[in-house]
Amino acid sequence: MGPVLADVLLVTALIGALALVHRPLGDYMAAVYSSKRHLRVEKWIYRSVGANPDAEMRWPAYLRGVLAFSAVSVLFLYVLQRVQDKLPLSLGFKPITPDQAFNTAVSFVSNTNWQSYSGEAAMSHVTQTAGLAVQNFVSAAVGIAVAVALVRGFARSRTGDLGNFWTDLVRGVVRVLLPISVVAAVLLIAAGAVQNFGDIHTITTLTGDKQAISPGAVASQEAIKDLGTNGGGFFNANSAHPFENPGGFTNLLEIFLLLVIPFSLPRTFGKMVGSVKQGYAILAAMGTIWLLAVVAVTWIEFAHPGTASQIAGGSMEGKEQRFGEGPSSLFAVSTTMTSTGSVNSFHDSFQGLSGGVLLLGMMLGEIAPGGVGSGLYGMLIMAVIAVFIAGLMVGRTPEYLGKKIGTREIKLAACYILVTPALVLIGTALAMALGKGESSMTNIGAHGFSEVLYAYTSASNNNGSAFAGFAANTEYHNTMLGLCMALGRFLPMVFVLALAGSLAEQKPVPETAGTLRTEKPLFTGLLVGAIMIITGLTFFPALALGPLAEGLAT
Amino acid sequence: MNTSVVNTARMLWAALRMLLVLTVVTGVVYPLVVTGIGQAAFHDKANGSMVEVDGKGVGSKLIGQSWNLPGSTDRPDPKWFQGRPSNSGYDPLATGSGQLGASDPTLVKDVKAARNQVAEFNGVPASEVPADAVTGSASAIDPDISPEYADIQVKRVAEANALPVPQVQKLVADHTSGRTFGFLDQPRVNVLELNIALKELADN
Repeated sequence: MGPVLADVLLVTALIGALALVHRPLGDYMAAVYSSKRHLRVEKWIYRSVGANPDAEMRWPAYLRGVLAFSAVSVLFLYVLQRVQDKLPLSLGFKPITPDQAFNTAVSFVSNTNWQSYSGEAAMSHVTQTAGLAVQNFVSAAVGIAVAVALVRGFARSRTGDLGNFWTDLVRGVVRVLLPISVVAAVLLIAAGAVQNFGDIHTITTLTGDKQAISPGAVASQEAIKDLGTNGGGFFNANSAHPFENPGGFTNLLEIFLLLVIPFSLPRTFGKMVGSVKQGYAILAAMGTIWLLAVVAVTWIEFAHPGTASQIAGGSMEGKEQRFGEGPSSLFAVSTTMTSTGSVNSFHDSFQGLSGGVLLLGMMLGEIAPGGVGSGLYGMLIMAVIAVFIAGLMVGRTPEYLGKKIGTREIKLAACYILVTPALVLIGTALAMALGKGESSMTNIGAHGFSEVLYAYTSASNNNGSAFAGFAANTEYHNTMLGLCMALGRFLPMVFVLALAGSLAEQKPVPETAGTLRTEKPLFTGLLVGAIMIITGLTFFPALALGPLAEGLAT
Repeated sequence: MNTSVVNTARMLWAALRMLLVLTVVTGVVYPLVVTGIGQAAFHDKANGSMVEVDGKGVGSKLIGQSWNLPGSTDRPDPKWFQGRPSNSGYDPLATGSGQLGASDPTLVKDVKAARNQVAEFNGVPASEVPADAVTGSASAIDPDISPEYADIQVKRVAEANALPVPQVQKLVADHTSGRTFGFLDQPRVNVLELNIALKELADN
């Protein structure tokens, strides 16, 4: 069987698995976030924290919960890295420097998992499992919680109540993320991923050389890293490392984990607002954009127009033999479009135009299907923008799901979509103007500029993948990218929760003949169009200087 | 003012306790449970799929190695099958690729040089050298090569070990893995396992 046919089968198998699972999982999540009952372990957690799980919160209280939890998390993770040498299982690693520890703490709490460090050479067992892996769970659960709060805003009326943040957080971890992670981690070990707390041990090879084999609780971290769309690899090579991703089966499993919650949440949304069709209209928009990008990148990688790839006879630079062009492309698109950022091949060495598609995937704002939770709320904001545009065209006050999109709502949505482009473009421009971009480039010319643009796009959109030639571990970039990650995560959440609050207070407007039918394919088309135009207009000039210039030159 | 300070403090205190409790659940219990299951059910895999020769660990099946002349870091030993170019000389403590773009002039130069070197080393025309032989892997510890790359090395390896070519050819065929279920994995040859089998053959 040829590589192209095998790749078509791979994509088909993936879509089939997602189609099979999204319904039970989506329904299950809707039940989890609507249930009035608490599990025994949850009751124990609420008791030891002193939280009342049944107290309803209005949006400012919900937001304060999100921010307080995240602030404490950043501080905790920062301290853990600074004192890791004094804790057990340190592997002899030194404390992380202040700027890098800040960057890493913000990175993991904001669900970005940008890594300016190299895991196997810097982070102790305790930092990895009790620090970084914990944030993989809780930052993902925070993302889902905020999305659920927004969905409640649409579903509820004449109340400002959005649910309880602590309850949503705990349920996300205990009932959704943990069980799936345990199963996935065991499957990963069965397929060869390592899972131990051993020491680095050195063996003598047949040639008489020494080789140091890294230990680690890798599988447990790999599972939640992908499931929670986090992306921070245990090792520097991330999911290209054979201990993280030993073969074709684990590769498919990891891509499945990246996509399964983001592609199931629209079903959850549909259930909670009382019309699964509304969820499928959103899902269709996400799926269309994702599939288009998969086809584009796979096509370009197989064609390998780059000068060096032409001489080599294939686009294998920065890719593993067991994966090859097709599965690497599928992983690359899925990771950039879910705000995950784990990689099984290095995007820096992809063909110029492929790099452009991956960049564009992040610039869309991580909504196709986007990170866990953040993808759904990002897409719902775009839906609000799309009904607003449709409303302007026919001269009607726009409505979505029976709620009026008035001045306040559209202002909040507009603020939301301005945050990340501003961070990306200002961040990149500042780095270039101050000469900090150039000094961190590995590549030259247009591709070098792409490395800087990619870094600020990845951080601001909470993706975390990199054109890894970019030397990120400098005081300037650690600080600036840290700020981009924090603002890119939490400012949008402010607008989302404010919007949720204002929607929940409204009384529903009855549907009339003039209401835009948002569950129809026409709306999906309008939504995809709005997304493309808004992103295209915002980022085209920057893309033209980087990947487009590079891709068109060859 | 005072109440808002008190409220903020109370909120942060609750948040800290929540974080600590969830750290216990997801940062201690979860990895220990998974490690327990992994160590009990898949002991060898959980510990790195180590490969032994004469009772001594000589590497991991999953981690590629360099096959250079004794004491050298850049001169390949003709008696072994060679792996892909590595950005770190197959050091598992420094994983990751060279990160050069697909049209980068340095990469163009490197690929050209590698292509000539591989062709000359194996005594084959440059047109027969496959892509994986001249491009750095992502991890820098890729354990596999393509069957095509193994094939062009057969003659050279057979000569260096004074073995008949068909015997080495058969060895490569035996160690070539196809696509699992027809669509997972690319066809590949695990270099360490191939070289261990080669050593056994040459020693007897």
